[in-house]
Amino acid sequence: MGLPAVLITAVPPIALTVGANRIIRGIAIPHPVGAPQEEPEEEFRIRKGLVEKALKALCTSISEQTVFD
Amino acid sequence: MKTLKVVHYINQFFGKLGGEEMASIPPRFEDGPVGIGELITSSSHGEFEVVRTIICGDNYAAENLEEFKKVILPWIEEAGPDLVIAGPAFAAGRYGTACGILCQEVEKTLGIPSVTAMHPVNPGVDLAKKDIFILETGDSARQIARVVPQMVSFARKLVNQEKIGLPGEEGYIPRGIRINVRDQRRGSKRAVDMLIDKLQGKNFETELPMPVFDRVPPAEAISDLYEAVIAIGTEGGIVPEGNPDRIEAHNASKWCRYSISDLSRLEKGKYEVAHGGYDPVPANDDPNRVLPLDAARVCEKEKQFARLYGYYPVTVGNVTAVRSAEKYGKEIGEMLKKDGVQGVILTST
Repeated sequence: MGLPAVLITAVPPIALTVGANRIIRGIAIPHPVGAPQEEPEEEFRIRKGLVEKALKALCTSISEQTVFD
Repeated sequence: MKTLKVVHYINQFFGKLGGEEMASIPPRFEDGPVGIGELITSSSHGEFEVVRTIICGDNYAAENLEEFKKVILPWIEEAGPDLVIAGPAFAAGRYGTACGILCQEVEKTLGIPSVTAMHPVNPGVDLAKKDIFILETGDSARQIARVVPQMVSFARKLVNQEKIGLPGEEGYIPRGIRINVRDQRRGSKRAVDMLIDKLQGKNFETELPMPVFDRVPPAEAISDLYEAVIAIGTEGGIVPEGNPDRIEAHNASKWCRYSISDLSRLEKGKYEVAHGGYDPVPANDDPNRVLPLDAARVCEKEKQFARLYGYYPVTVGNVTAVRSAEKYGKEIGEMLKKDGVQGVILTST
């Protein structure tokens, strides 16, 4: 059995096409976990939120490809 | 009319030696046609003569491919054929593998044209389609009476060095080779025609078929996150300053791993973007925008999970061949599993 992996990507349809199972929508293609337009504190808060969402996805049982919104 | 000499390769079953119980027999040959070899002669109206038939057990061939080639090639050379025909193998994987490998070697080493035929899902297809012509068949040997004559007429073209048309016209499996052709209609016109056909529910044929991707069943969820080792990784090409392992900006030939065990974040200037397919400015300014080390470290400190894995795996996913990506994914997965990682957070750009 493999181990769970979650993909943070700005383009979930591609992730779905290529067969990723756990998918989280990231911010933008050049910075999936960054928000350069925000103040540094706010940007970090957003990034941490995405990582926490990813951790939650790793702990969620799924039976098919899932985009965690 | 000159008679063309053919060497025919078949497995133990078509060689009438037996079924699965005989699958381990090593290669042997008989001079003249065996079984369906007769069909090659008859459907060519005597133009082809099967001078030698090579028979090998499926297991033997697939498990000993090097030995298989080494033994058989001299037998073929000795018979001095104009052409080698292997199979057809239909959906039989070991048989198809043997046919594909043999034809590939015959063309490469002996320079003799060869043809085989099998079902598109046969693993022999992916192994050899780039180098040889594999005619497409269904998955059942019941079609053999139709397939052999097709192989014969295709092989005749090949031997006579006639122009071989496109896969769809000739019935062979696309080899992944692109050739330039001049069309009467320019690209924009063809695209709009295709769209109109599609909207009208008519048949249309794409000029660029999309690859079909493998599916893997979802892995089981982490049962106890507090005890889990978590890894972070990316295909976004975040590498140490100067890209020490020279990961290519396009179609990366490798993946690498770099230690992050002493780091709380990726500092600007010490890490940079090696990926050639996206604007590197935001991530060069703050590499954590692609590889979220700073946030993962804080989550670790807050004891949301037990420990962050000491390395991050990275490659560049920019026009990278799907096959390479699969290989890197497999290797990375094996490393993480061996090192006791329970879950992976990946980012893609």
